[in-house]
Amino acid sequence: MTALHHARSGRWYVIMGFAGRFLLNLVLLLLSLACLVPFMVIVSASFSTEEAIGKYGYTLIPREFSTTAYQFILNDYTRVARAYGVSILITLAGAALSMLVMSLWAYALSRKQFTLRQPMSFYIFFTMLFSGGLVPSYILITQYLHINNTLWVLILPGMVSGWNVLVLRTFFQDLPEELLDAAKIDGAGEWRIFFQMAIPLSTPGLATIGLFTMLGYWNDWYTALLYLDKPDLYPVQYLLYVIMNSLRWFQEGTQVMSMSIRPPLVPARMSMAVLAIGPIAFAYLFVQKYFIRGIRLGSIKG
Amino acid sequence: MPFRRVRMWLRDNGAPLIMSLPGFLQLLIFAYIPMFGIIIAFKEYRFDQGILGSKWIGFYNFRYLFSSAVAVRITRNTVTLNFFFILTGLLASLIVALLMNEVQGKLRSRFYQSAMFLPHFISWVIVGYFVFAMLNLEDGLINHLLQSLGRKPIRWYGEAQYWPGILVITNLWKGMGYGSILYLAVMLGINPEFYEAAKIDGANKFQQILHITLPMLVPIIVIQLLLAMGGMFRANFGMIFNATQNRSSLYPTTDVIDTFVYRALLQMGDMGMAAAAGVYQSVVGFVLVILSNWLVRRIDPERSLF
Repeated sequence: MTALHHARSGRWYVIMGFAGRFLLNLVLLLLSLACLVPFMVIVSASFSTEEAIGKYGYTLIPREFSTTAYQFILNDYTRVARAYGVSILITLAGAALSMLVMSLWAYALSRKQFTLRQPMSFYIFFTMLFSGGLVPSYILITQYLHINNTLWVLILPGMVSGWNVLVLRTFFQDLPEELLDAAKIDGAGEWRIFFQMAIPLSTPGLATIGLFTMLGYWNDWYTALLYLDKPDLYPVQYLLYVIMNSLRWFQEGTQVMSMSIRPPLVPARMSMAVLAIGPIAFAYLFVQKYFIRGIRLGSIKG
Repeated sequence: MPFRRVRMWLRDNGAPLIMSLPGFLQLLIFAYIPMFGIIIAFKEYRFDQGILGSKWIGFYNFRYLFSSAVAVRITRNTVTLNFFFILTGLLASLIVALLMNEVQGKLRSRFYQSAMFLPHFISWVIVGYFVFAMLNLEDGLINHLLQSLGRKPIRWYGEAQYWPGILVITNLWKGMGYGSILYLAVMLGINPEFYEAAKIDGANKFQQILHITLPMLVPIIVIQLLLAMGGMFRANFGMIFNATQNRSSLYPTTDVIDTFVYRALLQMGDMGMAAAAGVYQSVVGFVLVILSNWLVRRIDPERSLF
């Protein structure tokens, strides 16, 4: 009786287990697809004709395949190329500068002999609690520093993240102290220890924070919204914003093309979006694990 | 001899001091000077007279702000939207983490993770494009779907009542996968012996989750909720501005403090109103952070910010 009962419940568990796993995977698959569908819709629209979108709306697969939108966008490629140039420049230069400044500071704060490390940590920390808000920053940057409409405004105001400095500090604190002290006894100065030991020894952590910093610069459109009027300086993300909000950009573009061709307005917008997503999606494939580790670091360690 | 003491001090502190300088100056200029700039809210700011030269007018800007209907609207929208974001975000992240925790097979779990994290890495401008592709009147995906079901298309960008829901979905779409990582990390840290023991006692998966996993997660959930509460007064400007395309027809439910400050400053040119709303946000936000942190520290000092 009990044996039979066990056999039955055993089979029951197998069936339940199978059904459960199926359901589990189904739900996760649907959630994953929900995350991917918007990307597919945008890519599909960028390869459609304006007429097909007018007739069928947005679809997952282009009804009438066409590359006109890309030809149209790249026909006047100087603006797109310029925006790409600006984005790449601020991403690389900004992240490099930002990482240098933040890790130098974090290293200094990790040194026990540094008598100001407590008050300075509080100085950093307080910026995470209280901020003056948009208006004073706006007036400072436009009326006093006059760095609006320069590339500096895209790099400097967001260069130091208090949170990141404090996370970087914990990386340096975790380094084996005897090692650094031994180097000091051998006559190495703080600068040498920093560049030749502390940095190489914390590469994984630095790489993660560095990637997030680069992502922040690449995705920044807000600073440009506030402080740039010169189209020459627009980064990709802000150009994308401008395109969404005005058709003028395209109408100017059409004068370059022959007047007989109707511009593919919707597909052209979407192809711009694809061009902006491209590098991120590409990088994401390779550095995903650093990102994930970084999220863990940020959420648990901090 | 004081000179020698200075030299001794510099021997230890000189290099760290110089290393700290660039970052110190950056925060001084871009964080601390603006903090003192909140005095603008108490002045009748004029560009030609500068911050210090402009006339003091006491609380005039604040009286003006709080006597208008807009103060109630932006406060209500900021707090209610955040409330729904926090609640749904927590639930969705938890569910995703619980499901991910049960997935067997490395390839599958890699795929789910990759797909669900991807939205975290794109900018809000692009999310704005996605929302537009879904919702625009003539050829949006949703309206086509409605029409194929024999329903009338909806003017999404003209009807404010739908937007709290739309923003909640947008927020979930972008943050769900990212938010689940923390909970997943905690779950992976749970001692497998608990589950073994429960299995021997005949507990099924559901009971295991109910009686082991969730209780182990309670502390972190409480902490996350409290920390989120500290940010209740800060809205996500990027999301709301891009998803709604800053349309005035949607202001009744989507205008938050941050979008209002932006508009008052750059579109209406009402410096006093913008500054007053900004200070209001900073001060209440500060109080909330302090309060939530005080509560967190009482529960788990390890997790408090200070």
